[in-house]
Amino acid sequence: MDVYLGIDVGSVSTNVVTLNENNEITHKIYLRTQGRPIPAVQKGLEQILTAAGNHLSVKGVGTTGSGRHLASLVAGADSVKNEITAHAVASSHVVPGVQTVLEIGGQDSKIIIIRNGVAVDFAMNTVCAAGTGSFLDQQASRLDIPIEEFGNLALKSHNAVRIAGRCSVFAESDMIHKQQMGHSLEDIICGLCEALVRNYLNNVGKGKEILGAVTFQGGVAANAGIKAAFEKALGMEVIIPEHFNVMGAVGAALLAKEAVQKKGTTLFKGFEVKDMDYRMKSFECTHCSNQCEVVEMLRNGQSVARWGDRCGKWSTMIS
Amino acid sequence: MVVTFPHMGTLNIPVKTFLEGIGQEVVLPPPSSKRTIELGVKHSPEFACLPLKINVGNYIEAWEKGADTVVMAGGVGPCRFGYYAQVQREILQDLGCDMEMIVMEPPDCDWKDLKHQYRRLTQRRISTGQLVKTLHLVWKKLNAVDEIEKLSLKYHPYEINRGDTKKAFDQILKWIEEAKHPKEVKEVLTAGKKKINKIERDLQRQPLRIGLVGEIYMLLEPFASLNIQWSLGDLGAEVSKSIYLSDWVKEHLVFNALHLNRSGSLKNLAKPYLNHFVGGHGLETIGHTVKYANGGYDGVIQLMPFTCMPEIVAESILPQVSKEKDIPVLSLVLDEQSGEAGVATRLEAFLDLIARRKAQQEGELVWMSI
Repeated sequence: MDVYLGIDVGSVSTNVVTLNENNEITHKIYLRTQGRPIPAVQKGLEQILTAAGNHLSVKGVGTTGSGRHLASLVAGADSVKNEITAHAVASSHVVPGVQTVLEIGGQDSKIIIIRNGVAVDFAMNTVCAAGTGSFLDQQASRLDIPIEEFGNLALKSHNAVRIAGRCSVFAESDMIHKQQMGHSLEDIICGLCEALVRNYLNNVGKGKEILGAVTFQGGVAANAGIKAAFEKALGMEVIIPEHFNVMGAVGAALLAKEAVQKKGTTLFKGFEVKDMDYRMKSFECTHCSNQCEVVEMLRNGQSVARWGDRCGKWSTMIS
Repeated sequence: MVVTFPHMGTLNIPVKTFLEGIGQEVVLPPPSSKRTIELGVKHSPEFACLPLKINVGNYIEAWEKGADTVVMAGGVGPCRFGYYAQVQREILQDLGCDMEMIVMEPPDCDWKDLKHQYRRLTQRRISTGQLVKTLHLVWKKLNAVDEIEKLSLKYHPYEINRGDTKKAFDQILKWIEEAKHPKEVKEVLTAGKKKINKIERDLQRQPLRIGLVGEIYMLLEPFASLNIQWSLGDLGAEVSKSIYLSDWVKEHLVFNALHLNRSGSLKNLAKPYLNHFVGGHGLETIGHTVKYANGGYDGVIQLMPFTCMPEIVAESILPQVSKEKDIPVLSLVLDEQSGEAGVATRLEAFLDLIARRKAQQEGELVWMSI
């Protein structure tokens, strides 16, 4: 089967999908990155191969997410694109007519404004990560509630309490305060969801014209409480695409297809990269005042790439 | 007296020439580095803007090299810059860096004080002839430096070997710095242009045209803006900056001082959105954005240090300009906490957005029809 591979290496999760020629998702893998992006990519490729049973002919590879360059070095990518482009492309493909994309991932939250099928404006969280997946994860584990059930608890609330949501540390203090006052857990969690949505709309969505259809994607879209809070705050329906948690990877695969159609061949290095030995080295260059942190990647003991230097002295030594 | 002054892009070339021309011993701070920022951040108020922090780092590092006097510009208006020198003097005193501070207010507000400060700076008497000669050389260098930078930014996106243009630019700056006479400046400028023209280029490329607007320090000092002007070129965009030092000098030291109002057209362009001075370059940010939109640019990027008041005013007006003038605008707020990866992602995404938008307008966007 001919497929396009999309790899999204994020802060919290690494996702790999395959799209067939009709742009349908044939396989999807959702893994935790756990701070080790290269093994995560290797594991993702391995699982895709296991799931598909060796019948894959990869026509193109696209990477995205904060680890996109690393993933590209491992797998050989035809398109290396930022998450915003990838999400915009995926969303307007999956939900034709979408005009606003709300995306909340592990540490990033972003809003993308789409008109007539192309992104016209976007914003990302700048100074604050309150309300992203990592914080919700942390709160769920503090309360000893599986993250999968966290959002559903919020839906059981009848009277959300008001939580200060501007800063995640203060949000936590406020949650503890409300809990010691005797409020129910459901009401506190519901209040937290509303606070995070308020924070998102004020910080990330400020000044943007939010028109329907609105999609909500990224890992946090699994949280029913946040979805409900968005719908309440925006006064409109929020669509969660079927593959909401791997939309970045879907976008990457679509972009790979576009790139390969233009240039004709793929740079895919083959599934055998999953068994190769990758090691990273880094050092601070002291040759000038920039003091760049140079990183080197070794594959099976051989240097394959260096980056991080501004002058190009190190990175050009390997072609 | 050993004089120093803060870095701001290529400012060191003309200012050092001036100070040495009037017989001053000059010690430059080492090029701004991670250490500069660390020192500056450690000793500056948290909510001061990034330029102040880098200035303080520059002073401390120059002091370590033996400087005992700081020459600093002053200012008036709602921007906090006008109060920088005073705050910085206090910081240096508290640190025990025993440095004199000579504050040059813009001549369009106080000629007499400027003259007084100039006298403090020139303890030996300098003949008028010598002064005129020095100013002539400074003026030539100032213009040469900006001309080379404009040319480099224009050619950068076409270069075949990444980094060639920047390397040539840095080298030509050295030549200009070392030139001793106006004639020599002219010669190295010609040689420099030739050098840049010789860089291998792919003229088939069609770079996106981006206008950079915003706060003056962030525009002039690539170190503070994480080299955005060059990384945009690496990503394939042709960059125009709205502010150059030579323009600023013409504006403030020549036209305003003579009460000739030259920024009239910029003010007129901004008028439908903002019709009064808001400090710093807030008004110019709006005016230049309109100008770039009218000039057929593909997008505008606004650069500002975190907590910059005039640019915050401009930032809140820009969405309206962007909508009415149909030009994408990205505002980037930078300070010592800014992560390079985050900025790179935003720049990439912004250029993608513009490219896809353009492709759609020209009927070339293919993936929608897949």
